[in-house]
Amino acid sequence: MDWLNAVVQGTLLGGLYALFAAGLSLIFGVMRLVNIAHGDLIVLAAYLGLTVTTATGMHPLLALVLVVPVMAAIGYALQRGLLNQTLGDDLLPPLLVTFGLSVIIQNALLEGYTADPQKLSAGALETASFGLGGLTLGVLPALTFAIAVVVIWGLQRVFYHTPLGRAFRAVSDNQDIAQLMGLNRRHIFGLAMALALAVTAVAGILLGIRTSFDPSIGGGRLIFGFEAVIIGGLGNLWGTLAGGVILGVAQTVGAKIDPGWQILSGHIAFLIILAVRPNGLFPRISA
Amino acid sequence: MPDALLNMTGLDAHYGDFQALYGVDMHIDAGEVLAIIGANGAGKTTLMRAITGLLKSGPGQISHSGVDIGGLRADEIAMRGIAMVPEGRQLFPSLSVKENLMIGAQVGRNGPWSLDAVYDLFPILEERRDQQSTSLSGGQQQMVAIGRALMANPDLILFDEISLGLAPVIIKDIYKALPGIIGQGMSAIIVEQDITKALSVSSRVYCLQEGRVSLEGGSDTVSREDISRAYFGIE
Ligand SMILES: Nc1ncnc2c1ncn2[C@@H]1O[C@H](COP(=O)(O)OP(=O)(O)O)[C@@H](O)[C@H]1O
Ligand SMILES: [Mg+2]
Repeated sequence: MDWLNAVVQGTLLGGLYALFAAGLSLIFGVMRLVNIAHGDLIVLAAYLGLTVTTATGMHPLLALVLVVPVMAAIGYALQRGLLNQTLGDDLLPPLLVTFGLSVIIQNALLEGYTADPQKLSAGALETASFGLGGLTLGVLPALTFAIAVVVIWGLQRVFYHTPLGRAFRAVSDNQDIAQLMGLNRRHIFGLAMALALAVTAVAGILLGIRTSFDPSIGGGRLIFGFEAVIIGGLGNLWGTLAGGVILGVAQTVGAKIDPGWQILSGHIAFLIILAVRPNGLFPRISA
Repeated sequence: MPDALLNMTGLDAHYGDFQALYGVDMHIDAGEVLAIIGANGAGKTTLMRAITGLLKSGPGQISHSGVDIGGLRADEIAMRGIAMVPEGRQLFPSLSVKENLMIGAQVGRNGPWSLDAVYDLFPILEERRDQQSTSLSGGQQQMVAIGRALMANPDLILFDEISLGLAPVIIKDIYKALPGIIGQGMSAIIVEQDITKALSVSSRVYCLQEGRVSLEGGSDTVSREDISRAYFGIE
């Protein structure tokens, strides 16, 4: 039962990792951009949530109605104002620029909020639990997982069943020809980043409710997201969810063996899968 | 030529340091079908890329309906009603046949072409509408590429070597469909290496040679000798 419990808890944790990863996967899929600042943007969203909740007394989940659009707007502005300029045949400029952005965000957060750990307080939600087949599950992890499934389902819908998603895929396939269809790729990229950071907002708030955070933790979230994307297979959103779950389960099972092994066993699972299936478990397929 | 649909004056084009077009002067009138011929590497595709804005041209070098479009982005030019069937078809592999057609309509121009009209022209595409575009035969892919351009309801459509790599019988089919396409008042520029094909469907012809216009004339008045001289540069 203990092992089953670890697996179930890991699965639910995987939902959070999938939320870290979804934006990363989306951005890479549409514009081949590896966003090193992704983790810091998640942390930024958590701090925005903190500001909103302390200023208004709102519940952090309710604060999403403000944080999501703000992050989306930041995403669009960031893409149009900065990142579009770095895109080209060379992968290095966007890597360097987003790395620099990561440093800037961390330092700005330090200036604005200090290095003290913070937490979003969600009241009873944080400790509420329910029994399921002999296991005790936290309401928050279960809710997080459910939100991850809904977000990924929604992204999948947008990607494969809307004109915007068609535009994303067309630009990703062939930027030149997509422009001949009247698509301004700079605008499309801006929308993709807006959507990605909207998801990041959700991830950041849920992270902030679950654990305490400080300006330095972005790098770790980037790694988890990155590993989930790679395990799942690039460009496959359901695969990203599966990747998050595998990573989460590896961590909780590892922690069950020895509490010090939690993070390490996640990385080992990632490396094993990378060695066996270099393209991830579910490489790009269409819906 | 102020009332030409498209007017190029002294058009230059570069790939880095390499100059691919040298002061090209050309025009096409509304409703006209123009042929552009020339050997491999003469600059035909480059000319298409310059017209559609995929390759930047200088201000004043290209005008469309009297408006300077040199310097406009490719998507802005597409919105004005210039569509292209690119060399090598270049369908979107992640999009189904139907989606490839639908995305052509993204520019939002009104006109006779719709999904139904394209399916009428190429019935096989309706059967295959949910397939990945790259799973089709070469000829069917070419139909998708043509349909995609038509869906924009352009007033000028560019065909860049639509017979390249296709079996002769398929080429015949596609050329048989051309009058039904262009008959609707659309202007067209047809780029071909097959000179006879190009001349048979056009009213005027330009020949490009190493990035320069080497011949201009009526499609039924230019002589074979003029063409071979303009094509190969043999005096
Ligand atoms: N992307 C490119 N980079 C550099 N040179 C190019 C590129 N595309 C074409 N060229 C050169 O420009 C010239 C014209 O090419 P192109 O317009 O494709 O000719 P055509 O379509 O008539 O066969 C050729 O010399 C070709 O090598
Ligand atoms: Mg060519």
